[in-house]
Amino acid sequence: MIPAAFEYARAESIDHAIELLGGADDAKILAGGHSLLPLMKTRLAQPSLLVDISRIGDLSYVREDGDMVAIGALTRHHDVANSELLQQVAPIVADTASRIGDPQVRHVGTIGGSIAHADPAGDMGTVMVALGAQFAISAAAGATRTVAAGDFFQGLFQADLAANEVLTEIRVPKTSGGWSYLKFNRRAIDWAMVGVAAVQQNGSAAVALTNMGETPLRAAGVEEALAGGADPATASARADEGAAPPSDAFGSAEYRREVSKVLVRRALEETLG
Amino acid sequence: MTNVSVTVNGQSREADVEPRTLLVYFLRETLGLTGTNVGCDTSTCGSCTVLVDGESVKSCTMLAAQADGRDVTTIEAMAHGDTMHPIQDAFHRNHGLQCGYCTPGMVMAAASYLQENPTPTEEDVREALEGNLCRCTGYQNIVKSILDAAGSMSGAPETTRA
Repeated sequence: MIPAAFEYARAESIDHAIELLGGADDAKILAGGHSLLPLMKTRLAQPSLLVDISRIGDLSYVREDGDMVAIGALTRHHDVANSELLQQVAPIVADTASRIGDPQVRHVGTIGGSIAHADPAGDMGTVMVALGAQFAISAAAGATRTVAAGDFFQGLFQADLAANEVLTEIRVPKTSGGWSYLKFNRRAIDWAMVGVAAVQQNGSAAVALTNMGETPLRAAGVEEALAGGADPATASARADEGAAPPSDAFGSAEYRREVSKVLVRRALEETLG
Repeated sequence: MTNVSVTVNGQSREADVEPRTLLVYFLRETLGLTGTNVGCDTSTCGSCTVLVDGESVKSCTMLAAQADGRDVTTIEAMAHGDTMHPIQDAFHRNHGLQCGYCTPGMVMAAASYLQENPTPTEEDVREALEGNLCRCTGYQNIVKSILDAAGSMSGAPETTRA
């Protein structure tokens, strides 16, 4: 399968990328391309211009920033997974990255690309929502803004990111409590049929769900039950409250609701146990 | 058209290609290196695996333009003349292939992985192959081949590995 024809431009800097993105109404950013190119090959996406940001030199890093860790948007899943800093102070991020796709995908796919793509079946968005991550975004004329992960995901493949903006950095809080990211899929390489991220932080537990709606979702009912003193088995019964899971070839909505309860219980047992 | 200049198997290769040219078609059709197979064409099966800057990549899911300026290694560069690469030799000796279609991708995925982890366990190898499918269900002997290759490449007898 060959994508429809497009123009290709390579950005030298973030400002250059933003300028190039103004060149077409339907321009798309190319980072690793491991979400975008499959869509283009099946013609589900047909941008007339690709702006390749992968050669912008200073967007691949993991570094401490006070009580946060800053991750450059172009940091590959492979490098996120192998970051000793993340393994120590935000292990759920490194562990989740190590289980995205397969080794070949992790050698090319980037954390920023994965998040900006806003696929509700993506693992990393859910972890970001559970952690309360912050995303740094650059816009035209040197403007920058920061968006909380919980506000960033707006709908199916829809994020709070304008066509001429670039996600540049992901900031996650350091965690010291328990954590778990569990996903259920039929084959190792499949997207999560359902996924659950749980993080213990400051005495409370945050729980978020993958592929249980059009965006990564907080499992508010579970969090409320836990705050009220419920044990994991009891709290997990509320896993699908407010969720609107899809039905597809991998499972019905009803099946996903059941799977989410089991996975939430297991994730909470790992996190709080 | 976009100009692509790639070092392929140690040789500098340059061509003007359409931006939508995928790396695998650049290798197969522009350069005539047909050892790399296209299987599923959906970044699932791993038949098209090559090394880019020494790391395994699915060449059906990368534009040739993304490989510009980089170092690409394909299955054609693994053997030296009539001497097979230790991984190829291990596949040969352990019956690590049946129809052979997935084999170039398996060998390249193994080459990338053994650089990262020269002394893997069987479980490590199975996880490392999660992006490579074999439809002859030959995984047993593929895993055996890669463990054998790890042993011969590190010079240690197989029994000493965890």
